[in-house]
Amino acid sequence: MSSVQPIESTPQVWVPNRPAHAPVECIDTTQAEQTRPGRRPSKDATPLALGLYALLGAYLGLVFTKSQVISWFRIYEMFRFESFHMFGLIGSAVATAAVSVWLIKTFNIKTVHGEPIRLSPKQWGRSSVPGARYWMGGLTFGLGWALLGACPGPLVALLGGGVSVLVAALIAALAGTWAYALLRDRLPH
Amino acid sequence: MTELSPWPWYIAGPLIGLVVPFLLILGGKVFGISANLRHACAALPVPDTHTPAFLRYDWQRTGLWNLVFVLGIAMGGFVGLNMLSDTTLPMALGANTTSALEDLGITDLTGFVPAQLFSWQGLASPAGLLLIVGGGFLIGFGARWAGGCTSGHAISGLADLQVPSLVAVAGFFAGGLLAVHILFPLLLS
Repeated sequence: MSSVQPIESTPQVWVPNRPAHAPVECIDTTQAEQTRPGRRPSKDATPLALGLYALLGAYLGLVFTKSQVISWFRIYEMFRFESFHMFGLIGSAVATAAVSVWLIKTFNIKTVHGEPIRLSPKQWGRSSVPGARYWMGGLTFGLGWALLGACPGPLVALLGGGVSVLVAALIAALAGTWAYALLRDRLPH
Repeated sequence: MTELSPWPWYIAGPLIGLVVPFLLILGGKVFGISANLRHACAALPVPDTHTPAFLRYDWQRTGLWNLVFVLGIAMGGFVGLNMLSDTTLPMALGANTTSALEDLGITDLTGFVPAQLFSWQGLASPAGLLLIVGGGFLIGFGARWAGGCTSGHAISGLADLQVPSLVAVAGFFAGGLLAVHILFPLLLS
């Protein structure tokens, strides 16, 4: 604040701290870029940030594999309720994430860039059928999950691991997404 | 326990759950993998006139971090599957699950997917085609209809105590039960 106030109140005595060769507009431009968020380069697109996202993804892919979440057999077994493995896994993942989210909210923890963390609540649709998108879409997804034996994350981990035939499943998943986009206005949400 | 042994659920579950706070603190990002299917569709070089409105948006601004994250998952899968797993061993399933799979004609329990169906020869059979292409299409369609997949609803959504996510997860399980207990016996045996 102390460095800003003199500029506003007594601009005539303010001596800009800039190289002598720099034109005056330079300062205005940099100031404008600092205050207008839309003009700032995205913090998510820096090589460091993208590298960290890739690293976090690799960590997750490794855990998916080592815990056999990517196994078609484990998903089949889960839907037969014949092993506690998947339920314990999903349950403890949700519990860990829930405690983390609670801590973030309670202590108002910020991102590494100092920005507030916002979680937008899921909206109920405006369909005459209550929650149509969640249970109809959920049912559709669940059918696919059991048939393919993998949800999107494990599908990618299996592909990375070299199960090449799943390229067909990925193309089909993209086709399913495109088909949804085409039919979106006619489906209950 | 060797480096090739699978990890128990109480180790792997919390490790998966931690991805939620990591992403939130790193950049305020919400863990959700299937959004990448939409980003990938939006990134396809298709003229705007032929692209549904749902897929016309700045995918690089909203989704680049997530696509890089998913590439990381593939790398993690590569390392986990090829260097830290023994895919020659049969999956340690319960006796009931094993005999139920035998009734469906699935006797090779090695690796992460049943090789009889999830191979290029398997894809040429009606059952393999249904599981791989049918399953892939349904997860793509269903995830966007429901507004999330296992990561977005079952982990991120439940961790934030979102009721719509609970409805979606109930839908996932209803769909999975339908596939495993009704479709599989009809289609595979």
